[in-house]
Amino acid sequence: MSDVQDYKSSLGNTDSRKFETFSYLPAMDADQIRQQIEFIVSKGWNPSVEHTEPQNASGSYWYMWKLPMFGETDIDAILAECEACHKAHPNNHVRLLGLDNFAQCAGASMVIYHGQAV
Amino acid sequence: MAKVYDAGVKEYRETYWMPEYTPKDTDLLACFKVTPQDGVPREEVAAAVAAESSTGTWTTVWTDLLTDLDYYKGRAYAIEDVPGDDTCFYAFIAYPIDLFEEGSVVNVLTSLVGNVFGFKALRALRLEDIRFPVAYVMTCNGPPQGIHVERDIMNKYGRPMLGCTIKPKLGLSAKNYGRACYEGLRGGLDFTKDDENVNSQPFMRWKHRFDFVMEAIHKAEAETGERKGHYLNVTAPTSDEMMRRAEYAKEIGAPIIMHDYLTGGLSANTQLAQWCQDNGMLLHIHRAMHAVLDRNPHHGIHFRVLTKVLRLSGGDHLHSGTVVGKLEGDREATLGWIDIMRDSYVKEDRSRGIFFDQDWGSMPGVIPVASGGIHVWHMPALVNIFGDDSVLQFGGGTLGHPWGNAAGAAANRVAVEACVEARNMGRELEKEGKDILTTAAKNSPELAAAMETWKEIKFEFDTVDKLDVSHK
Repeated sequence: MSDVQDYKSSLGNTDSRKFETFSYLPAMDADQIRQQIEFIVSKGWNPSVEHTEPQNASGSYWYMWKLPMFGETDIDAILAECEACHKAHPNNHVRLLGLDNFAQCAGASMVIYHGQAV
Repeated sequence: MAKVYDAGVKEYRETYWMPEYTPKDTDLLACFKVTPQDGVPREEVAAAVAAESSTGTWTTVWTDLLTDLDYYKGRAYAIEDVPGDDTCFYAFIAYPIDLFEEGSVVNVLTSLVGNVFGFKALRALRLEDIRFPVAYVMTCNGPPQGIHVERDIMNKYGRPMLGCTIKPKLGLSAKNYGRACYEGLRGGLDFTKDDENVNSQPFMRWKHRFDFVMEAIHKAEAETGERKGHYLNVTAPTSDEMMRRAEYAKEIGAPIIMHDYLTGGLSANTQLAQWCQDNGMLLHIHRAMHAVLDRNPHHGIHFRVLTKVLRLSGGDHLHSGTVVGKLEGDREATLGWIDIMRDSYVKEDRSRGIFFDQDWGSMPGVIPVASGGIHVWHMPALVNIFGDDSVLQFGGGTLGHPWGNAAGAAANRVAVEACVEARNMGRELEKEGKDILTTAAKNSPELAAAMETWKEIKFEFDTVDKLDVSHK
């Protein structure tokens, strides 16, 4: 049994909380985030930034940061809005979505700033 | 001028072979692969198939003249060679839409794959494809929720979902079974699944299972902060009992239930799918018995037909084969029926075995489920083949992890996310898969252990049912 590793996850340990897609990978660096934004733009999806208090993360609706950036393809402009949202709400989780208006569903969603999970 | 009654046996082709006929947009079209007995002309056999699957019987009857048989009859309108196989040919038959009750795939199949399959003039018969006119599609209820509603319900975006069938298939008690689910879900799976054989046996009655599994879901959700589900199999001896189990699943808050559409039957399936739509429940569909019907290249019903039938009858998930795992499935043919599940319009494409354009109108899509003998090393190929709108289901590939289900689940979750991240960055998954997984494993001891455990396993048997274009 000594070779078997314990799976460290519990109700009491807030590090166990996950945030859906990409949350089982190490946090993305700036370059990786940029490449994911490029992917969203290349698909023709509308970037959208949302944020929430960590205790309310499980609901469908997070707060929209302004409006979805319809038609925005400038990677720097999109990154800047993510950052502005984070600065305005430093304790909140911030996620970036790519909204596919044909499917009427998010084609991509990733949390890029984390508050303190509860 | 009115026809006169002329008793006796007529050749089928006099009435049912109509090569000059142009199918109407409202006709239901079928392509059969026909293997005739020796010496019977193709036109006569094709006409016989058209007759026996529509209005005809072996002799003229006087009551034929009470109706407008020329309106109601099926018409054999084309014959084609089967590439690479001279023992059989394709017969194309058009049926007027009035032959079929609205919203009833049961009725369609009873005609098209009924008596005709036992007809003596045929050595074998296979229903290769059906074109359902959009006018008929719109009379069917279809998938209860559809792909995008499921994503919104489950809060899963931008990646394939992950599942796991609980093993051993049979014999676990409800509490032990719930433990296996809990471990998989807390490790990062989105869904766990009842095996198809699990109904309500003495070792684990359905209600005990439902209760323990819901506790597992609730705890895993609280622990991970993510939404989780388990396909509670409500397949039952009677449809009344099936509905009782579905109602209970709803009562305890389960997001998804499951049904075996072929063994359970299409009437029951259609009923359950409508109930799911009315009650906001997702419906996972298993396909036990399909290989009995679809594996023989000369006789039976092709899986692309069974796929269309399920989409019309209703289901949100359907097992599709994996291409790369332990079960039969030709790659191009599989890509064909994955399109049939998900797309709103599918073009004729013989290279994928698709014989007709199929317009699905506004009917939602079905999520293909890749399940059977797959593990982390298959992940790059699976993400490439199936894309995001799929459930990748690892049974042994989760539960067989040397550290248990949670670690096995985490390994799969890390692997799928690493593949999606790499794909989004423009990397070629099937070429660079090893590198992508090896890099991801540096931060995941669970993935590293899984890669070590399964590195040697391959499934390299040849496919029995190949597309006809590949027979040479």
